[in-house]
Amino acid sequence: MTRPLLQGELVRLTAIQPEMDAELEARWSQDAGYTRLLTTEPPVPWTVKKVKEEMEKEDSMYSNFFFAIRTLDGNELIGFIGVDSIRWNHGTAWVGVGIGNREYWSKGYGTDAIREMLRYAFRELNLHRITLDVFGYNKRAIRSYEKAGFTHEGTIRQWINRDGKRWDVVFMGILRSEWEALESS
Amino acid sequence: MDVPLFQGTRVYLAAHDPESDAEIESRWTHDLDFLHAISSKPALPLSASQIKKIYKKAEKDDKDRFSFAIHTQADQRLIGFVRLHHIEWPHQCGWIKMGIGEAADRGRGYGAEALNLALYYAFCEINLFRVSATVGEYNLRWCDLLKKAGFVEEVRQREALLVNGQRFDALILGLLKEDWNRIRPDFVREREQSLHD
Repeated sequence: MTRPLLQGELVRLTAIQPEMDAELEARWSQDAGYTRLLTTEPPVPWTVKKVKEEMEKEDSMYSNFFFAIRTLDGNELIGFIGVDSIRWNHGTAWVGVGIGNREYWSKGYGTDAIREMLRYAFRELNLHRITLDVFGYNKRAIRSYEKAGFTHEGTIRQWINRDGKRWDVVFMGILRSEWEALESS
Repeated sequence: MDVPLFQGTRVYLAAHDPESDAEIESRWTHDLDFLHAISSKPALPLSASQIKKIYKKAEKDDKDRFSFAIHTQADQRLIGFVRLHHIEWPHQCGWIKMGIGEAADRGRGYGAEALNLALYYAFCEINLFRVSATVGEYNLRWCDLLKKAGFVEEVRQREALLVNGQRFDALILGLLKEDWNRIRPDFVREREQSLHD
């Protein structure tokens, strides 16, 4: 066994601990500029209680293979990451990530978390490919996914209607073979 | 306003009636080609009573889906389904899915007409801005139908499907209302004509 699973250069991916983590997630849900990067659903602020309940549910967005992203130095919660919509028969899944603490944007923390999530998806879940979609206005994320090895696979035209404008949704994917090539280089 | 929303010349769209439909739909779920065409879930034959349960469950999220049974005009026979689903109302976007159950009913123009009826419903009744469809690249018939209706390929998810031991791409096709308006299939023209007659 080579290196510890789920531990990158800047962050580690750990279990979500509702008692500890719900408060920050609830605070981030007040930041619509952030939640509008995550979902096409209208942003709604959540109470700590509601977040905690969601996190403890058997079948919620926090279930499946979802992890808390914590800094290596300081063990501070800065966001969440996970794979869902797994189709075991095809060996495919989707990845979703959010860095709720804006102080950690554009500093490589998100990319580091994605790299560790991919290692988990390909080395532990043994998947064949990972898909993601990202909103056209989220240039920061698109750059990060490119750095992690994702390839552009197309664009859904004008899916999103926000601030009176129509925005594209960009689709990206990475195959196991492409990830293996990155790993060995 | 007097548009025959659910009536085509060869097929019409009707409500699902689990009591009479479940038996027939159960038969369809024993056809691998049918299952691979409509879903990427593992193929699974379902009994009539399992299908009735699925209908019960679907009632819960009926706010963001409109599902129709396709019947032939000639003999009122149930031949398939067409469904608008995962509608995102704030963005006026949705997905479309269709299946023709019996092999003998495919390639006879029933699907094309049902698709047009469903798109008319999507764009002119519930006023969607765009409609998307996912399709395995091996599903040439559905892909062809969509393109004839004006859909264009927008996304190609490489090697996303493993079917009968072979890897295939999964495609996402999209149709904007403005494009559909411009293309104006004969179908829509005739429909509007009937308004002025």
